[in-house]
Amino acid sequence: MNRDFWKAFARNRGAVVGLAIMAAVVICALFADLIYPTSPWEMSTIPFQPPLSEDAVLGSDTLGRDIAAGIVHGARVSLLIGLTSTAVALLIGVTLGAVAGFHGGRIDDAIMRFTELFQTIPNFVLAVVLVAIFTPTIANIVIAIAIVSWPPLARLARGEFMALRSREFVQAAVTTGQGTGTIIFRQILPNSLSPIIVSASLMVATAILLESSLSFLGLGDPNVMSWGYMIGAARTVIRQAWWMSFFPGIAILLTVLALNLVGEGLNDAMNPKLARKGRA
Amino acid sequence: MSNRLAFLRRIAASGAVAAALLAPAAALLADAGPAVAQEKPQTGGTLNVIVQPEPPILVLGLNQQGPTQTVAGKIYEGLLRYDHALKPMPSLAESWEVSEDGLTYTFKLRDNVTWHDGKPFTAKDVVFTTTKFLPETHPRARANFSHVESVTAPDDHTVVFKLKQPFPAFIKAFEVSSAPMMPAHVYEGTDYKQNEKNATPIGTGPFKFDQWVKGSHIRLVKNENYYLEGKPYLDAISFRVIPDAASRALALETGEVDISQFNDVEPFDVPRLKALPHLDLTTKGYEFVAPLSWIEINHREAPLDNPKFRQALTYALDREFIRDKIWFGLGRVASGPVNSVTTGFEADKKTYEYDPEKAKALLDEIGLKPNGDGVRAEISFTPMPYGETWARLGEYIKQSWSKIGVKVNLESTDVAGWVQKVSNWDYDATNNFVYQYGDPSLGVARTYISDNIRKGVMFSNTMGYSNAKVDDLFAKAAVENDPAQRQQQLSEVQKILVEDMPVIWLLEMEFPTFVNKRVHNAVTTAIGTSENFADVWVDKKN
Repeated sequence: MNRDFWKAFARNRGAVVGLAIMAAVVICALFADLIYPTSPWEMSTIPFQPPLSEDAVLGSDTLGRDIAAGIVHGARVSLLIGLTSTAVALLIGVTLGAVAGFHGGRIDDAIMRFTELFQTIPNFVLAVVLVAIFTPTIANIVIAIAIVSWPPLARLARGEFMALRSREFVQAAVTTGQGTGTIIFRQILPNSLSPIIVSASLMVATAILLESSLSFLGLGDPNVMSWGYMIGAARTVIRQAWWMSFFPGIAILLTVLALNLVGEGLNDAMNPKLARKGRA
Repeated sequence: MSNRLAFLRRIAASGAVAAALLAPAAALLADAGPAVAQEKPQTGGTLNVIVQPEPPILVLGLNQQGPTQTVAGKIYEGLLRYDHALKPMPSLAESWEVSEDGLTYTFKLRDNVTWHDGKPFTAKDVVFTTTKFLPETHPRARANFSHVESVTAPDDHTVVFKLKQPFPAFIKAFEVSSAPMMPAHVYEGTDYKQNEKNATPIGTGPFKFDQWVKGSHIRLVKNENYYLEGKPYLDAISFRVIPDAASRALALETGEVDISQFNDVEPFDVPRLKALPHLDLTTKGYEFVAPLSWIEINHREAPLDNPKFRQALTYALDREFIRDKIWFGLGRVASGPVNSVTTGFEADKKTYEYDPEKAKALLDEIGLKPNGDGVRAEISFTPMPYGETWARLGEYIKQSWSKIGVKVNLESTDVAGWVQKVSNWDYDATNNFVYQYGDPSLGVARTYISDNIRKGVMFSNTMGYSNAKVDDLFAKAAVENDPAQRQQQLSEVQKILVEDMPVIWLLEMEFPTFVNKRVHNAVTTAIGTSENFADVWVDKKN
């Protein structure tokens, strides 16, 4: 099974490249303190140093902070926010979707109308409002991103559960007297995981973009270095110092691209029929 | 040398037309530099000025926000104007006299001044403005004129102010935004704020209100009956509302507008615009407001209540770096509570050089030792939500203080939240900047005297700083008629304040005023571009 999975995954060249980039980003995030031991906020060199300067490979920003250090430390924040907010969104979305899809009827109606309520409000606007109200801290940003991203997951999970609920193995479980919780978590969920994992991987990318946009607008946590913040702070001097916003921009681009490639690879590997032949 | 200058000046004056005909001669004159500034003024043309944000109303007696001053400063006039050194000059008053005991101020008014609707301007208007209109509508004027016992008009062109006790700052109270003269015949006996003439303001100034297209521009036209012969030179002034900073910079670049002021141009754009050949940059013309920026500290929290702690925080900041790198070179490092261009400034007092080691020693002295993580104290800092520059300052402060073991947590707010927090004393440290209005009794004392610890009031003594000696000295200086004596009191209070460090003074702020080179005499007084522009003229397009 494992070998097959890897084979299927590796058949998509892009996915492998994506995985390599992701690995690099993860390494940056994990070992940020070893690569750049000082704080990324440290004004360690002369401001406005262009790239390839002696003590700042990617240049320094308006206050003399090392751009490279910012990117390495920013990877941590981006990944942290991307992963945790996706996890929270999964928790909300899959739970609601599962309950709605499994029970159907009025419960389904109620939950789906509630979901639609969130879907009618533009994602980004809602995130901005939430962060502005609850003051920008890492925890609040994670929660805000999760709150705006769970509805598609809920719909997806609901669809899967509705389809699987009437299958024989589920009915068998019902006849053997298994409880609702057991059926949801032990029987249906494992069988509906593939599409959920695929869309979750893409959601990490969206979450990273959302966080960057919030920071760009000055709604990031002012105590942590993030890529969006770096671009937002440097956009004012973009005509004098392109490198300050260019490199963090590249970092965001590569990470989001990598996540999308990996997501596609996962899709190929986990849902071969879905990807190649469409739904039968 | 002076002979040569005079010679050039004469050439310039007599030969403006000739110079235009003789291109090489014009080039020579241009090379002569300052001498060409003495050219003969040309009449006509329209001046384009940025006004941002759009003023709510143009009646200066009812609203004194910056943008209102910029526009209404051309419509209304005060009794006096002030040069860059804050020395009074004639405006509506052609001469004035202060009695020996400092209790009687007598103003002689010009006798050929009319309002824009043709009615003559007389002493009656001055009495009405200073006893009725402004005390009702203008908080700062109310405070200034509260020192007055009586205002009388012995004749149509003489006004006499009798004070209850000497108040030497009173001579600074007649600037146009502090005391704009309002027409008694329009407002007397009406509800000032609801008067229907507020939509078409009537003043005595060199420009009259013409048109206001909301969200786009305000147009003023020449007052043909202005009392100074041959002035104003301009036909019209168009004030353009341009909400976006990048568009404002672009409008200056393309020559679409001629003048910008205060925060119209963001500090980071200044070096770029400064390099453009058709723009002049000046930082003069802010002497009257003389803003001073500082880090405001809540004395109700330990260890912020300890002067030594505040001194340590000061030593840990490189204020030259702040000026050069965050404000792109705009401003002067502040040495104390009084801006060096404000009356009563004392230069000889304790200074705080950038010295983190001294800061650490002070913290050791008051028993704040680093814990396992090297942290001696933890405070929150709420940067002023006034844009990028203040956010960068917050980041700089956090980093600088962390080096002496003071951990800072930055907190973000919006403007309303910030005012709410600071005025209700719910903060540890934040930034602020306050105008000084030319005299310590007008714009400095208010943030340090304990009488002014008033919850819910912004720009009061929100730190909760209290020192009986400071209260006493400010109170004495306010009513001290002898200049030498007064200077002594003001000097002493400044020396005490720099020991106590109730706030950490950062910069005597300078704002960039960009003026297109085709414009002449744009900034000539202490209020810069809020001046009436009677003397401003522009080169005709070829």
